Amino acid sequence: MAWFTKTRATTDASEKRTLGLGVFRRCDECGVTLKAEEFTENLEVCPSCGHHYALSTEAWVELLLDPGSFDEHDTGLVSGDPLLFNDSKPYSDRVRATRKKTGADDAMMIGSGTVEGRPVQLGSFVFRFMGGSMGSVVGEKIARMFERAADLRQPAILLSSSGGARMQEGILSLMQMAKTVSALGRLRDAGMPFVSVLLHPTTGGVAASFALLGDVNIAEPKALIGFAGPRVIENTIRQKLPEGFQRSEFLLEHGMVDIIAPRREMRATIARVLGHLVG
Amino acid sequence: MAHLEFEKPIVELEDRIRELKLYGVREHGFESELRKLEERVSTMQQEIYDGLGVWQKVQLSRHPDRPYFLDYLERIFDDFVELHGDRAYSDDAAIVSGMARLDGRTVAVIGHQKGRTTKEKLRRNFGMAHPEGYRKAMRIMEMAHRFRRPVLTFIDTPGAYPGIGAEERGQSEAIGASLLAMSRLRVPVIATVIGEGGSGGALALGVANRVLMLQFATYSVITPEGCASILWRDGTRAADAAVQLKLLANNAVDLGVVDEVVPEPAGGAHRDPDDAARLLGVALRRHLGELSQHDGAALIDGRYAKFRAMGVTQQLT
Ligand SMILES: [Zn+2]
Repeated sequence: MAWFTKTRATTDASEKRTLGLGVFRRCDECGVTLKAEEFTENLEVCPSCGHHYALSTEAWVELLLDPGSFDEHDTGLVSGDPLLFNDSKPYSDRVRATRKKTGADDAMMIGSGTVEGRPVQLGSFVFRFMGGSMGSVVGEKIARMFERAADLRQPAILLSSSGGARMQEGILSLMQMAKTVSALGRLRDAGMPFVSVLLHPTTGGVAASFALLGDVNIAEPKALIGFAGPRVIENTIRQKLPEGFQRSEFLLEHGMVDIIAPRREMRATIARVLGHLVG
Repeated sequence: MAHLEFEKPIVELEDRIRELKLYGVREHGFESELRKLEERVSTMQQEIYDGLGVWQKVQLSRHPDRPYFLDYLERIFDDFVELHGDRAYSDDAAIVSGMARLDGRTVAVIGHQKGRTTKEKLRRNFGMAHPEGYRKAMRIMEMAHRFRRPVLTFIDTPGAYPGIGAEERGQSEAIGASLLAMSRLRVPVIATVIGEGGSGGALALGVANRVLMLQFATYSVITPEGCASILWRDGTRAADAAVQLKLLANNAVDLGVVDEVVPEPAGGAHRDPDDAARLLGVALRRHLGELSQHDGAALIDGRYAKFRAMGVTQQLT
């Protein structure tokens, strides 16, 4: 058990957008104001315009896996501070504070479970933990997830939502790209599929490693998915980017993702894909 | 010749020596003055080069006269046949690839290439590859794998290009696929960071059995400028960010990412490209000799174990 009391934070974007006494909530996208629970009951998707707001890691696990089937692995794995990185605050302090605040060990949760009775290995970024950035812990857990899936001959499902590599772990965070993708190679050798689920946003070193290497890539509607962030591109080319650039629909059009699945259909979509590829 | 600020005193003295020699040292009885100048240059070099700060080393890695991939290629290898194109979209001049001989033995060589002149810089896109560059690299690697030829890569890029076309054609997928392809090669793979090792665009050529780094090269997850603008919203604090990022060759060795630092001539590779190439050639031959003892499965397993071990975590009980 961790030294701190583990409290799974269930807060996400929804809470911040809650108006008044947590009764009403306004959709930033279409402007409609509805009862807060209408968003929550609709899996954080706006009932009026269909805009997908972030869903917590824990809620995703509940949504995708058969009830009670999830068994979390490798808890208590936390990051070191190999660079002794210090901007305004030492990295080690920042990590400790983030762990306390989020109730998560780091930005990745992995475990095993079943999808419609089929055993799978599942991983999900914890975006609320430093923007889902990938450092040593994230890389290690993803590598273990792929290795476990290969050893047990089970499919791997990984939900990505990340701003990319974790700068504060420097070159070691870059190397997690090579480490995770190498482990994915083991899964391929085992003949088991990798379903990559791309959530908003998936960019940088996470996009440029395993996230677009799924046997099947499934994106949520309008998720931002790309190598370079839009601001970096705008600064480089000195022009405004076209509407919809780097969004899921753009990636589908350019041949980078297989399917765009709304949240309500994600579980069934994954299950159907696995049904075609396994067993 | 272009000079960095800290190089100026040395270059000025060297110019003076050259002038004296041109003017005729013996005829005019300048022997003792020449000797004094040469001694001063030598002490000055030692003082300046030994005292280089992190940011000055970053500047050396980007020195406009620094040897690029093709400068090493022509000095170390023979019989280079350049192979162009990704067979899907175009030929990316930011990455040069082909087959060449090292002591008579064919190897695949692949590297980022920056330009020297303005025109060439633009043609090579400052060494920033598009997806087709990585896909070309992958094509050559896979061919080397089939014909059982070792793969030698040379890394020198500020990063993969962040642009509209690059995103449309799948920069992310191209880099990821290159990492995967490299991890599965059944032949010896040696990567050398010769200048700037910038982020994913660098690592895309870096999944190797041996990773070498020139003494004044850098290898980083983000440019110091990019890091500074994220941390402090101030890109001009790049020198501070560079210190935090631990991006020098000795840092990379300490962190277990790089196997060996290849020494450069005093003051940096640009001061003596021939000697820099000689030193790199020595290191490449030694590592290639060692790796050639292993069979394909051992090479794949060794590469896997190497990258699998990278990272620092702790398990709370
Ligand atoms: Zn709405």
